[in-house]
Amino acid sequence: MYRYSDFDSAFVATRNAQFRAQIARRVDGSLTEDEFKPLRLMNGLYLQLHAYMLRVAIPYGTLNSTQMRQLAMIAERWDKGYGHFTTRQNIQFNWPKLTDVPDMLDALAEVQMHAIQTSGNTIRNVTADHFAGAAADEVADPRPIAELIRQWSTDHPEFQFLPRKFKFAVTGSPLDRAVTMAHDIGLRIVRRGDQIGYQVIVGGGLGRTPMIGKILHDFLPEADLLPYIEAVVSVWNLLGRRDNKYKARIKITVHEHGIDDIRARVDQRFALIKPTFSGVDQQMLGAIGADFAPPAFRDAPTDAYDATYHGNAMFRAWADTNLSAHRHPDYAIVTISLKAHGATPGDASADQMRVMADLAEHYGHNELRVSHEQNVILPHVHKSDLPVVYAALREAGLGTANIGLISDIIACPGMDYCALATARSIPIAQDIATRFDELKLEHDIGPMKIKISGCINACGHHHVGHIGILGLDRAGVESYQLTLGGDGTADMRLGDRTGPGFAAEDVVPAIERIVQAYLTHRTDRSETFLDTYTRLGMAPFMAALYDQAAAYAAE
Amino acid sequence: MPREFTPKVITANALMEGDVVYLTTDDSWTRDLSAAEVLTDEADADLRLLMAQGHASQVVGAYLANVSSEANGPQPTHFREEFRRTGPSNYFHGKQAAH
Repeated sequence: MYRYSDFDSAFVATRNAQFRAQIARRVDGSLTEDEFKPLRLMNGLYLQLHAYMLRVAIPYGTLNSTQMRQLAMIAERWDKGYGHFTTRQNIQFNWPKLTDVPDMLDALAEVQMHAIQTSGNTIRNVTADHFAGAAADEVADPRPIAELIRQWSTDHPEFQFLPRKFKFAVTGSPLDRAVTMAHDIGLRIVRRGDQIGYQVIVGGGLGRTPMIGKILHDFLPEADLLPYIEAVVSVWNLLGRRDNKYKARIKITVHEHGIDDIRARVDQRFALIKPTFSGVDQQMLGAIGADFAPPAFRDAPTDAYDATYHGNAMFRAWADTNLSAHRHPDYAIVTISLKAHGATPGDASADQMRVMADLAEHYGHNELRVSHEQNVILPHVHKSDLPVVYAALREAGLGTANIGLISDIIACPGMDYCALATARSIPIAQDIATRFDELKLEHDIGPMKIKISGCINACGHHHVGHIGILGLDRAGVESYQLTLGGDGTADMRLGDRTGPGFAAEDVVPAIERIVQAYLTHRTDRSETFLDTYTRLGMAPFMAALYDQAAAYAAE
Repeated sequence: MPREFTPKVITANALMEGDVVYLTTDDSWTRDLSAAEVLTDEADADLRLLMAQGHASQVVGAYLANVSSEANGPQPTHFREEFRRTGPSNYFHGKQAAH
């Protein structure tokens, strides 16, 4: 893992000291709220519905055991004993007191973490494939370049007052687990022969105007990457719409000007600034790369895994859903579900954080990841250790075998916490998960991604859910609009809107009817919901959703 | 015809904790909606809001919220205000835990 240089530590310490003084000046009346608000946002502090919220960056979703334990300590000491992992690989604390925040930030700095640029019109936390450095299908580890982008973008003087926020995602795998097509800039590491290069995707995003990213450069040499993305952000910084915040994101700029026009402007800007990059970025990237050297994998028999897999049905169910192929054949990637049926998606208690930290330390080369799907990953576990890891996870309420299934739901905080929300998300997720657990259907249903947002800003990625749920305020009542057929992977596709929305209590029955229609129409178990939808389109699902509802109502 | 003015309370978030607060008749802030001042006159409400927005050392983001006047005090008319006076639905945290 990357370790802070003296420069990094001094920078974070200085920012924390500045923010401590800014909070003191707000409290003593020297700063107005209008003056203070941009300062607190620059440091990740929001004011939500019931309390402040501190959003802490977990750069490219990677953290170690010490950091996870510190998050647990912070949750207990200054919050209500839990944290919420988000779709941007951050963690949010929902209940800090304003005057405690400086101490929380100092506690984060002790373990080389911060909340800088987790809000505001800046370049936000760089996200990456949560299986980075571990996946069997990976071309190269995306984290070194993500770390370089983090260093370059942090406090970058040109990019502190952008037209709007700006989000990067990086993947090193052709199986896109980082939703790169839905980011302002998505980067994909690709191989051509023996050359490694970058596919640069620009102008993707969800929110009120969902757009699929467009390819700006198909194969950019690594040495050109940093000046090239600086050129992109620079072009948008001048061109982006500052007159209308709803049209300010780069997706609108690309849409209005066209990708060819943007490419020409970027090329021109790139030609201008490339000579000013002396190569120091490449030296730094080389040094960063060494920090992400793979751990020393151990050679040991996997008999214990095989025996438990064949002898213990619960372990087998968990292994079948929660393990992914590791680059080392004797290892597995463990996805720890933060989606126990009926629990809040993405929440972990301080005790659970400590269990995960301990398991990472003892069995996982000290590494943890946070996924945009709001789960935690142990990226490197030797297969012989899996039975004991599973037992410890179960004991802590972390052993749910549902990764990629209908109860592995992404849900934004919604109107239970968020000041922007138009409806709640969390209770909808809880009800769906609880219902399908009662039905004991989810393993039969197979791969199914439900994503729920509590407003059109789409933090819950509803546009790319196989079933997307968007919570709205319709004449003073929570109403939920359903979309079908979205896909957030390499071939990103936006879901299609069904008909009129559903009241909160009608959402679960509506989802049941969709699922029943799928089970009726699929050719066999090997055809996933998304495949069936692709083959048949909306008609059978509309019939199930609305004709049956009318029939029930008439009874 | 101008829309009829519906009863309102002035609400905000406390500066220190961020907790939901309501303005009372004696110009202080309460955490309990039932103790809030109910405003039934538009001009009066606007003046009270200006005064409340001046309490920058105590609260953030004061605004007028619709209520209905009931026997047990003002009640929210929109679900957002109902959640604000209660707390989140996934944990027994916030105001609901304080009572």
